[in-house]
Amino acid sequence: MTARPPRTLFDKLWDAHIVTPESDAAPAVLYIDLHLIHEVTSPQAFTELRARGLVPRRPDRTKATMDHSTPTLPAGPDGRLPYASDASEKQVDTLARNCAQFGIELFDMSSDQRGIVHVIAPEQGFTLPGMTIVCGDSHTSTHGAFGALAFGIGTSEVGNVLATQCLLQRRPKTMSITVDGPLAPGVGAKDVTLHAIGVIGVNGGTGHVIEYRGSTIEAMDMEQRMTLCNMSIEAGARAGMVAPDDTTFAWIARTPRGPKGAEFDAAVARWRELRTDDGARFDTEVRIDAADIRPTLTWGTHPGTAIGVDVPVPAATDAAEQKGQDYMRVVAGQSLTGMPVDVVFVGSCTNGRLRDMREVAEVLRGRHVSAGVRMLVVPGSEIVKREAEAEGIDVIVREAGAEWREPGCSMCIAMNGDLVASGQLAVSTSNRNFEGRQGPGARTLLASPTTAAWAAVRGVVADPRELFDDRREVA
Amino acid sequence: MSAAHIPEFPVRSASVVLAQSNIDTDQIIPARFLSTTERKGLGRFAFNDWRWRDDGSANPDFAFNQAHNNGRAVLLAGRNFGCGSSREHAPWALRDLGLQVVVSSEIADIFRNNALKNGVLPVVLPEAVVQDLMTRPDDVLTFDIVARELRTPDGTVHAFPLEAFARTCLLEGVDEMGFLLARGADIQTYEDTHHAR
Ligand code: SF4
Repeated sequence: MTARPPRTLFDKLWDAHIVTPESDAAPAVLYIDLHLIHEVTSPQAFTELRARGLVPRRPDRTKATMDHSTPTLPAGPDGRLPYASDASEKQVDTLARNCAQFGIELFDMSSDQRGIVHVIAPEQGFTLPGMTIVCGDSHTSTHGAFGALAFGIGTSEVGNVLATQCLLQRRPKTMSITVDGPLAPGVGAKDVTLHAIGVIGVNGGTGHVIEYRGSTIEAMDMEQRMTLCNMSIEAGARAGMVAPDDTTFAWIARTPRGPKGAEFDAAVARWRELRTDDGARFDTEVRIDAADIRPTLTWGTHPGTAIGVDVPVPAATDAAEQKGQDYMRVVAGQSLTGMPVDVVFVGSCTNGRLRDMREVAEVLRGRHVSAGVRMLVVPGSEIVKREAEAEGIDVIVREAGAEWREPGCSMCIAMNGDLVASGQLAVSTSNRNFEGRQGPGARTLLASPTTAAWAAVRGVVADPRELFDDRREVA
Repeated sequence: MSAAHIPEFPVRSASVVLAQSNIDTDQIIPARFLSTTERKGLGRFAFNDWRWRDDGSANPDFAFNQAHNNGRAVLLAGRNFGCGSSREHAPWALRDLGLQVVVSSEIADIFRNNALKNGVLPVVLPEAVVQDLMTRPDDVLTFDIVARELRTPDGTVHAFPLEAFARTCLLEGVDEMGFLLARGADIQTYEDTHHAR
């Protein structure tokens, strides 16, 4: 065998998908294995396709779901779903018509496997190691948890992929974030990712693809790895990824649509090659000690404003940060703990999976949501919902005084009528605390499911390590 | 992507200033205005929650509501403009608002890509230069994409990066879908050699 220079996982994925290489004059033509679409960012792409008299090149490599604009309350007595607006319903109907016309598999409102796009594709076994995966949605980075190169694209690019199954791309830079050591009780993947964004900054990943490595990551299950990769975009990164391993293969083996039998075995043999070679270099390398990671929340209006739950809010370093503190009604030096909470949202493609539901149930079991707090628990998919219900999680959630909803994006993006009122403080397991993201004037603290559920019980932001501290009396 | 999206270059215009850093796509166009199946008419929702007060009246403190900024085609923005979502509605809204150039010391990847496809030129310049330009918003700036440079009225020239393909697309209206469709034979070869994976 001829020696070839050591390559990163990203290099291997990139090289394997080049249709034509990049040059000074033009970007590379990159082949896309899996294209995911939803109702919000696809209609104009289909319009473009029709205007040019084209049809999708590979409808078999395209999967569709409806999630952003869909209600999380069941149909009313008249059998109609409670859409927030006629425009939302029209958008959903438009997707259904586009998929029907072009032969694209759609998980529609009647499907018992529908859900948030980034929850259902891994659940079905559509998301596989070694793939290139795109979607008109920035949190497509989630799928990188399986050792795929997965990133968000705009609607024009959705059209390009529909028409040609390819994208024009310049090669991004690479970054490794290595996390080593065990996580403390009460600290989870969400805390790792918020901490990492706090370390590198909300723009620290711009132009890069991040590979997460180290013993902390290897010890994570797939749901935790998805939470981690999901938030890569919040550091500005194009994509995040984790090398596939036995944890990954075990997940895929259980999926309904992943490869089976001899095909699965052959695939695993290939997937084992998808690792960064010893000696391969990244453009940027970051190291994090897991022992430094506390339960982490945000104090400002972008995800880079992450601090440990017991750390005082820092002084604003510029006018934008000051504006963020004013908007959030926090002042430098104060603690986030003790801030009265109005709304708690558990769900989204970041934390809407079975593990997240279990973490919440663990906190809510035998406890009650504090008076005056509204708590919504929204499973990420029909399958998550069914599996959680089989474990009695819906009962625990309801008995605690929280709402157990139908799957969808819900309060993560507040497009479907689920929103936080102006001025209210929400502790949310979603991924963005931008001004108005959860509704005009809404104030959002990003947190893990455990931290969010504990805030719901306490009625104020509180340190979830209290739950794991035997020496302390808990509510 | 079609010729209709191609603005006239060079652009010559004074600037509107939004000095805040990390202006995200939810500020550029809030998600509740994404329930559309069209590309058009989104300009009135651009910066909606900063631009309009709760009663629907214009917020007089917001730059885009100030008469002297009418018709300006250049936005000078704080660091890390366009972070957040992949919504192409963001450049659609800015273009519809009349903007042709966004200048910042850092522009988020997906926004940048989307902007280029819609005739909005993303210009990245050093923070000190952007700060300096912000002190003189009435200067008529010239953005020359052939030379890839910004010229100020006092004769200062700032080169900005713009890769050759993007420049050609902006100048000649090469559309990406057309470019990719023309690679059909290569795509077929790729599919034939990299069977089902
Ligand atoms: S849950 Fe939130 S971040 Fe995820 S796809 Fe839906 S809207 Fe986007």
